[in-house]
Amino acid sequence: MTNTFEDIAQQAKLLFIIGSNTTEQHPIFGMQLRQAVKQRGVPLIVADPRRIPITQFATIHLRHRPGTDTALLNGLMNVLVTEDLYDKEFVAARTEGFEELRDRLAEYTPEYVQEITGVPAEKIRQAARLMAATKPGALMYAMGITQHTSGVGNVMSCANLQMLLGNLGVPGGGVNPLRGQSNVQGACDMGGLPNVYSGYQSIALEASHKKFEAAWGAVPPADKPGLTVVEMMNAAEQGKVRAMYIFGENPMLSDPDINHVRHCLEALDFLVVQDIFMTETAQLADVVLPGASFAEKEGTFTNSERRVQPLRRALDPLGESRPDWEILAEIGARTLALTGQAKAAAEAPHGGWEYLNPAEVLDEIAALTPSYAGIRHGRLAHAPKGLQWPCPGEDHPGTPILHVGKFARGLGKLTPVDWLPPPELPDAEYPLLLTTGRVLWHYHTGTQTRRSGGLSAIAPEGYIEMHAEDAARLDVTTDDMVEVKSRRGQVNVKVEITEKVQPGVVFMTFHFAESAANLLTNASALDPVAKIPGFKVSAVRVTKLSPDGAPAGVCESC
Amino acid sequence: MAPVNITIDGRKLQAQAGQTVYEAAAAAGIEIPILCHHPALPPEGACRVCVVEIEKQRNLQTACTYPVAEGMVISTRSPRVMEARKFALELIVSDHPLDCMTCEATGDCRLQDLAYEYQVRDDVFAGGRQHSWPIDDPNPFIQVDRNKCILCRRCVRACDYINGVEAISIVHRGFDATIAFGMDSTMEDSPCEFCGSCVEVCPVAALWPKQSIGKGRAYQLKQVETVCSYCGVGCKVILHVKDNEIVKVTGADGAANHGFTCVKGRFGYDYVNHADRLRKPLMRRYLVEGGAKPALHQPNNGNGRGEYSRAANPAAEWVEVSWEQALDTVATRLAQTKEAHGGDAFAALCSARCTNEENYLMMKLARQVMQTHNIDHCARL
Repeated sequence: MTNTFEDIAQQAKLLFIIGSNTTEQHPIFGMQLRQAVKQRGVPLIVADPRRIPITQFATIHLRHRPGTDTALLNGLMNVLVTEDLYDKEFVAARTEGFEELRDRLAEYTPEYVQEITGVPAEKIRQAARLMAATKPGALMYAMGITQHTSGVGNVMSCANLQMLLGNLGVPGGGVNPLRGQSNVQGACDMGGLPNVYSGYQSIALEASHKKFEAAWGAVPPADKPGLTVVEMMNAAEQGKVRAMYIFGENPMLSDPDINHVRHCLEALDFLVVQDIFMTETAQLADVVLPGASFAEKEGTFTNSERRVQPLRRALDPLGESRPDWEILAEIGARTLALTGQAKAAAEAPHGGWEYLNPAEVLDEIAALTPSYAGIRHGRLAHAPKGLQWPCPGEDHPGTPILHVGKFARGLGKLTPVDWLPPPELPDAEYPLLLTTGRVLWHYHTGTQTRRSGGLSAIAPEGYIEMHAEDAARLDVTTDDMVEVKSRRGQVNVKVEITEKVQPGVVFMTFHFAESAANLLTNASALDPVAKIPGFKVSAVRVTKLSPDGAPAGVCESC
Repeated sequence: MAPVNITIDGRKLQAQAGQTVYEAAAAAGIEIPILCHHPALPPEGACRVCVVEIEKQRNLQTACTYPVAEGMVISTRSPRVMEARKFALELIVSDHPLDCMTCEATGDCRLQDLAYEYQVRDDVFAGGRQHSWPIDDPNPFIQVDRNKCILCRRCVRACDYINGVEAISIVHRGFDATIAFGMDSTMEDSPCEFCGSCVEVCPVAALWPKQSIGKGRAYQLKQVETVCSYCGVGCKVILHVKDNEIVKVTGADGAANHGFTCVKGRFGYDYVNHADRLRKPLMRRYLVEGGAKPALHQPNNGNGRGEYSRAANPAAEWVEVSWEQALDTVATRLAQTKEAHGGDAFAALCSARCTNEENYLMMKLARQVMQTHNIDHCARL
């Protein structure tokens, strides 16, 4: 996020949520946004194909077809430019590339965008005018923007819109991706990505390459980034990747096309999984190492606001399980010795693996990562609000709002983005569009929440949301079992008839292993830059099942 | 805001225009007891426990609602004030069960503390009517005991001003007045999202977390402030711990959450001590006894539904091993992979649910030790 929850909730004059089911997935921030609407009368624009709960509080709900976000955003910007409503001062002083963007936007008239998105042209105009008239406005997005084969283009379009509106670098504004997991921000910050070291220091940059080489004694070549998660799976299938170490992740439910993932993981020579439960992924491992839960260890998490906060140990690890940092440090030291690198590492200032506690690890991170340079356990103990990076020094207070006065790269780059249709759309064979997401009661692959008595009691099983029109055509009603089939796989699941989805669109969550939506999703098409799969759009066919589970009118054994 | 000169209990103070008497006193470190009021909620003035005496005012005023004004002279503990507070508490206690011995809130109850402080006796209104509501609401999270409710409306306000769904209201009037959910239905049948903000602010045990019942008195629990393990909002929470088990979670005053949390953060903690937790390192038998890696699983009748079963191969069985053996095996295998096929034959997934320190170490393992950039995690998923 460029901004903080607090400045958005208290100072934004307008809220624009696109591709985020905020009250279900980020409930506390969702509540704060609801309060901004209720207590301060802030207008709320929600762009979402589904009638998600927060649309009840919306001034305008732009209900576009899944996979048409860029077209919708271009349409809004077309109105800003055509009606001369954009922030000319901001665009002139702080951005570059306006002319190219303007030329590309010309095509995206509200009428043309209506054809693509299904949103009435007049509503697009109304929303754009409201955004221009009510500033600062904050834009929030989540996986509804990113989990597309056009994910990077979608994000750039969000940034384009906020720059045209002059909504960056101010309290109550910003481009604000809401992060889905407790430390997904930190996992990225720490260089858990194939192209960057910690703090987004590019592996290709000579300075960072040399810096980490000097610090650790050795690093891989700078010229070739590693594999992303979906690419790793494919490389495992091809025998190029032979061994994998997976910790605290469950790709056997979270990744697209699970049948394919299983096939890939089973092709490995060696898989080690470190987790707190025997997850669907751990069941495919050769060695399983019992890690510790969040309550059993120390360390830091970084939230969506780039706020680093300390985790404190409340419990002793269960049984013989051990804090994950201890396990990793053991593996690191032993493997280093076995590969004959221990001597070179010992001579480098940060090459060793002897850590007394997580505070020492954070000291090393701070030494090598400019944006975390001022963040230490000792300081966090006396910082009730945590510290927001960039925090380049121990006397630096942290940075609540990014891009104040100047962008990191100097001028903000307006990048024209064309709308591209998703790679797989409904056709005669697979006539419905499946989009996926989550519910309030469960978290990601359900490893934690499905082992919580209350949450499982209130949401025990998966379902497929379907509009009454489609249900009537398929002759199904709420609680009927159906078979959902895509080109990748099939699942059986209960129907829930609802107005949340539009006719032609069905919705499932990926929380439930027994009706795993990701058996259906598509791993073959990825965003060309970020390599994110298009979880939000796949084509499926739904068939009613008879009460004994056989497709009605079809013999299972034939 | 403009400064305002006031006097509280003989102390001359500067308050801010717009502050209530309660806020001005609290800012100066002067404690005025509150019961229906909660600093995170708009004032209600329902219980009259915070009454104070203000010069030139005929009646006592509720400090939680009364705004300060220039020259105001306030007494917070005059005999008239103390008598009025005691009377207000006696009225409340007259229709409140005196089952403190078995009540969950004992030691953590605003009413209990105030009744003790003001030496309230239970027989002042003896013989009057008392409520006898059936306890409970059929939901997995929150016990509802209307007999203990003092109608302070903290829960009503929390549901409106913190969450926003307005699932709780007061129905009926006079002695019949009670809290209700939705259209006087069950919590599950109302817009309730079970964020538990109502439980957080309830001053008694009218709303209580079911999972915590019988798990320990407040003074028996260790409190540890940490960060929630679920989404990326980063709510600060307090884990209440007894005998190495989390028995309750409450919101802490973090920058992101200001004292509140959601259903998952508040009630979804029981996975931590779940029987399914892995407690020992496990290895496949073939790794312990030697031999080639067997097929681990076989698809069920190839129906493509993603179901699969354990292969019935003894070499694939799990064996509990020591840490020493597990760590050595992993290190040896990783080293062998690197020697035989190069670092790029290794790939790692780090974790969006583990700490920065742990993710950094996994990154270092991949890049320094294994000499590969093949590291990623579920940020894309």
